[in-house]
Amino acid sequence: MGGSFSLHRRGFIIGGASLGAGLALGLDIPGGPKGALAADGAPEVNAWVVIEPDDRVIIRIARSEMGQGSLTGLAQLVAEELECDWAKVTTEYPTPGQSAARNRVWGDFSTGGSRGIRGSQDYVRKGGAIARQLLIQAAANQWGVPAKDCRAEKGIISHAASGRSISFGKVAAAAAKLTPPNDVALKDPKDWKIAGKGVARLDTADKTNGKMIYGIDVKLPGLLSAAIKDCPTFGGRLKSFDKTAIATLPGVVDAAPVGDSAVAVVADSWWRAKKALDALPIVWDDGPNANASSAATAAWLAEGLEDSQPAVVGNSNGDAKAAIAGAAKMIEAVYSYPHQNHAAMEPLNATALYTPERCEVWTGTQNGEAAFAAVVAASGLPAAKCEVHKVMLGGGFGRRGFTDYVTQAVLLAKQFPGRPVKLLWSREEDMAHGKYHPVTQCRLVGALDADNKLVGLRIRLSGQSILASVRPEAVKNGLDPAALQGLVATGDAQLGYDIPNLLVEHAMRNPPVPPGFWRGVNINHNALYLESFIDELAHAAGADPLAFRRGLMASHPKQLAVLDAVAERVGWSRPAPAGVHRGLASFMGYGSYVAAAAEISVENAGRIKIHRIVAATDPGYAVNPAQIERQVSGSFVYGLSALFFGAITVKNGRAEQANFDTYDSMRIKDMPKVEAIVMPSGGFWGGVGEPTICVAAPAVLNAFFAATGKRIRDVPLQKLDVGFV
Amino acid sequence: MTSLIVNGRAVEIDVDPDTPLLWAIREQIGLTGTKYGCGIGQCGACTVHIDGVAVRSCSVLAADVAGKAITTIEGLAENAAQHRLQRAWIDHDVPQCGYCQSGMLMAAAALLAEKPHPSDQDIDEAISNICRCGTFQQAREAIHAAAKA
Repeated sequence: MGGSFSLHRRGFIIGGASLGAGLALGLDIPGGPKGALAADGAPEVNAWVVIEPDDRVIIRIARSEMGQGSLTGLAQLVAEELECDWAKVTTEYPTPGQSAARNRVWGDFSTGGSRGIRGSQDYVRKGGAIARQLLIQAAANQWGVPAKDCRAEKGIISHAASGRSISFGKVAAAAAKLTPPNDVALKDPKDWKIAGKGVARLDTADKTNGKMIYGIDVKLPGLLSAAIKDCPTFGGRLKSFDKTAIATLPGVVDAAPVGDSAVAVVADSWWRAKKALDALPIVWDDGPNANASSAATAAWLAEGLEDSQPAVVGNSNGDAKAAIAGAAKMIEAVYSYPHQNHAAMEPLNATALYTPERCEVWTGTQNGEAAFAAVVAASGLPAAKCEVHKVMLGGGFGRRGFTDYVTQAVLLAKQFPGRPVKLLWSREEDMAHGKYHPVTQCRLVGALDADNKLVGLRIRLSGQSILASVRPEAVKNGLDPAALQGLVATGDAQLGYDIPNLLVEHAMRNPPVPPGFWRGVNINHNALYLESFIDELAHAAGADPLAFRRGLMASHPKQLAVLDAVAERVGWSRPAPAGVHRGLASFMGYGSYVAAAAEISVENAGRIKIHRIVAATDPGYAVNPAQIERQVSGSFVYGLSALFFGAITVKNGRAEQANFDTYDSMRIKDMPKVEAIVMPSGGFWGGVGEPTICVAAPAVLNAFFAATGKRIRDVPLQKLDVGFV
Repeated sequence: MTSLIVNGRAVEIDVDPDTPLLWAIREQIGLTGTKYGCGIGQCGACTVHIDGVAVRSCSVLAADVAGKAITTIEGLAENAAQHRLQRAWIDHDVPQCGYCQSGMLMAAAALLAEKPHPSDQDIDEAISNICRCGTFQQAREAIHAAAKA
């Protein structure tokens, strides 16, 4: 205890796994990319696989682990093709600097959009398969036999005819010198032995004993700690601060501007830095958004729902306007969805060490390469003189795909050259400067014919575009393709219904509150809008909500299959227990088909008890069904927290919520068991971290309607005085 | 100087009188398993035991717990390799990002010490930690499993 912690370079690279050997960091701060095998000299068979002489297998993972389990899933895919002994597998992160120096050999580092596995499964499996072939070839060369007569299994290469066998570790060094084959055949998933199984995560043990190192835990010799305040008004700037007022406070080193909108106090501990920051007189220039408010935004978005206002068409077929004009029955409703914060448990932080010769950063990031680019830009140094060391993320949910906090750490560290500076945001700073779930409203109009069949549907979204803010080049002719996730005809989030006359429009309106990708993000509100409204249409048609949906899904068999699966499991065809009411929702997102059924009871008109959740996912291939179940149950905690409590409201240009007392989250008492049905149908690769979050809210809202006859079209429930029992 | 007894060992630390126990543990003593999540006693990521009772260390001053027995996640196992909850946590693959799990385990351990065989309702009443990944279902299973171990 007490100062016994020492940093090992390798310990950083592998993100906390225990390894005895390694270069003690001490005052010898790691230099430039040395090639990933430099850590302890073990042979790198290829970029993805290192095999130690004692047969331990180290699999390189480029994507970030933030709880979603893809570190384990990706290792399973590599190990499957490698034919190694799973019990001997550990993982490590290559650094973005190493990847840059090696022509991006590890591909994309970004970890979001539930792409961790589906976005790299092909090349990581090939990496494992090529490594296997090299190992087999090396053994065959040693024995003087054809490689085709040898096989690998559980880390042992054998030659049946001669009865010889040898372990991977014995031939790894020779294998590393061979020329890799250009192409390899991958296994049929039906033959998987390691992938496809619910093996335990590889990163659990250190998460139960306090040893896992997150960014907040990084220690370096001579470390300074910093607390920061960015102008609390969105888009405002720092005018001045009076550091003489805190100069004599204990432990304070200095106060310094960070960019043109923030000020940080640097001290010998974070607690002292934060205390001094709270005491620092700061004058802000509130800038152009000083009067911005959620109320004004809501009125502006409501205007965007009107046909007289400009909008772009995102999906259409037939003639929805004519169908609605000629309808026997027209149903119309307006829904809205607020800004929400990610509120990952670990507040944002990054530790930077800058000298005029070199800049290194240690941080939890969902996008190592973007963080690396931010370090290069902020330091002003060439890429070859920069490095980012990824550590475990205390949650990401999209927020840690941004690099604002990395840039801040570097800009600050540049003012203290030679001293590592750990910049840690307070929770209050995290609430004040999110990259929030976008704010939208939606007007839906449905047309039923005389037989109560749905003949036309208009969906008009008004509101914020993430891409317009973070990747404006992706917005073409005013259309943000991501804004219409789940409502479009093609891609990985397709509308799951056949609507004979359909018109989906988006009136983009961007308030001055920075939006960002969020767990599930656009499918969350789009599913709430559509799946609540489909329920409204079913009731207007006098139809059972399941039967009504099924009638619209003839050409969406996979979507129908997940819906049927939850309906069957929850017992939709039979009455619910006395006092319990059910709701359904079904949607597609991130390449997977999902559906949910909720059973709830409602007391005193506004106290909800959720008794049961059934959720089905068809992700195509299920690399680790046990972890998929955990992602599904966790997604309901995140999604229902958002439904019940999630709103960042703006007044005088500032977020009104400051901490978990005003931005609450579900507790264990509120959460029922989620019965996850994982039903991979094969032939495609869908994501699993996010898809089911979008069916959480509409399933519960539809159950709430079944229980009370009251349709909720504005969330979170907290503001309607609806909460948990 | 403030004298604390942390995980059975006496330590002398030099902290400002208004320093929360959380920051004394993390920054002066150097035990980083206890996490900062909110600083206002809401989330429970900083939960430790003080004389066996689960307490949110962000909301207690270090100076006020001098001489009391403080246990952090690093000391949960005492002399054994693992506390039975840590074993159950691994068996049930509870953690996702893991950041809140130190606090969750400390809250669960205090519950088991008081009620060796807690009901679901006991768990609901005793544990109010926030987990944004949503590990509640597996945590509940693991607590029941540890109670039977």
